[in-house]
Amino acid sequence: QSTLVVAEQSDGALTPITLNAVTAACKIGGDVSCLVAGASCSKAVEQLKSVAGVSKIIVAEDASYKGYMPESLTPLILQIQSQNNYSHILAGASAFGKNLLPRVAAKLDVDPISDIIDIKSPDTFVRTIYAGNAIQTVKTSSSVKVVTVRGTSFEAAAETGGSSSVDDAPKVEGSPLSAWVSQELSKSDRPELTAARIVISGGRGMKNGENFDMLYKLADKMNAAVGASRAAVDAGYVPNDMQVGQTGKIVAPELYIAVGISGAIQHLAGMKDSKTIVAINKDPEAPIFQVSDYGLVEDLFKAIPQMDDLLK
Amino acid sequence: TMARVLVGVKRVIDYAVKIRVKPDKSGVVTEGVKHSMNPFDEIAVEEAIRLKEKKFATEVIAVTCGPTQSQETLRTALAMGADRGIHVEIPADDYVKTGPLQISKIFAKLAEQEKANLIILGKQAIDGDNNQTAQMTAAVLDWAQGTFASELKLEGEKLTVVREVDGGLETIDLKMPAVVSADLRLNEPRYATLPNIMKAKKKKVAKLTAKDLGVDLASSIEILEVADPPQRLAGIKVENTEELVGKLKEAGLV
Repeated sequence: QSTLVVAEQSDGALTPITLNAVTAACKIGGDVSCLVAGASCSKAVEQLKSVAGVSKIIVAEDASYKGYMPESLTPLILQIQSQNNYSHILAGASAFGKNLLPRVAAKLDVDPISDIIDIKSPDTFVRTIYAGNAIQTVKTSSSVKVVTVRGTSFEAAAETGGSSSVDDAPKVEGSPLSAWVSQELSKSDRPELTAARIVISGGRGMKNGENFDMLYKLADKMNAAVGASRAAVDAGYVPNDMQVGQTGKIVAPELYIAVGISGAIQHLAGMKDSKTIVAINKDPEAPIFQVSDYGLVEDLFKAIPQMDDLLK
Repeated sequence: TMARVLVGVKRVIDYAVKIRVKPDKSGVVTEGVKHSMNPFDEIAVEEAIRLKEKKFATEVIAVTCGPTQSQETLRTALAMGADRGIHVEIPADDYVKTGPLQISKIFAKLAEQEKANLIILGKQAIDGDNNQTAQMTAAVLDWAQGTFASELKLEGEKLTVVREVDGGLETIDLKMPAVVSADLRLNEPRYATLPNIMKAKKKKVAKLTAKDLGVDLASSIEILEVADPPQRLAGIKVENTEELVGKLKEAGLV
């Protein structure tokens, strides 16, 4: 058993989901190596070096990996795989991992397994289907298991206690098929949705985008991230990267506060693993109350300012 | 160059249907349940048709893989405006064992046969939630991939794709030919009107098998069990905001 975890970076730093993927790799058992590939890697390598459970870091620092294009990263991973014969290749089930690993799997001619929530044995995995309305256990007979990992289902690996070796990756030329042009990331001082301890989400009940200011204000007071239901995104209140749900982000914070959200299946799939759920909705019949620990039947335009006052 | 577009459509349980797991845990109940086109595929079809309407594409070919009933979904794509259809018939027994890798090999073969240079697929099907087929089709063909697309712009040999990524949006340039996967905000799909549904009945649908294309349908993945998700116990209703904040403070959450 040996696993290659493809590390993910954002602005040159390691993304938190990489640490969840390391935990999944440790659960499989055997040696865990990490690939850090990008135009600049030193910061992520420094971070990974002390992560518990990682025995080796492979670094591929090259301008051709700018933007982490799958057309360029895939041949690199294939080269590393051919030299090391890992039994498993893992990455976080983020936009990055979901984009890259299926391409790697197809090139290896193996069936990949997406977005696992548990590991039963090195060849048997658990994942959700139908937006979380059913749980599937699958067994693969592939020589190499190519798997993406749901971040919220595995604890983050400890960032201390490890001491891994660092090697350079073989030189593999980037692909001319694709080029990264630019990114437009939502600027926010609030914690990232999938990593926040508290998440406050607004739904169609918010009525418009300006009303989300109420939630931002409350979130800043509570050091919370702000999310939204698909209905709020579809209505144009907020950008899609705030969407919590099966088609958006999966979150599992300590505290999730759903504001003006009815609780469509697709939204529940993205937040029902939260430790404590609060629902604020004026409709007592809203399905969100069926999954909430604390339900408040109240007009949100009254309740949110009150909460804001009470938390002063 | 103009694009020749292949667009994939999958018949799935309608998004509004409440899913029921079979008592023997072999899968979910599909019999007597309303099915529709996978919502992300509707967006893919719409985008393909718009490319043709804007004279960026010469032809839009809709493809479906699956048992006989999949033809209904193909007809919907034709009624929306696809020019013709291809049904790769996979008997129901084989279809449950077929995975995204096998489907991507079918798409790749068809792209070669039809001399397509652009494939648009939904980013995931709402049954298996795999999110793999577009990426793997691109890999099999050695083409560029533009996944989770919220905007497309075709200029000669260059396809610019705006992608939905975790922190916001990303713009990439792809060299044609390419595979694109459609995300929610790419467009708002049109409804098939009755006259167009009637017209679609006359459009050509070719029927093939995986064997005709030389694709082996066996996946290495075996489904051991499909179960209900753990149920969350309903909590309590609080009387007012004071009580709510009090409870949260008690629990040490705020």
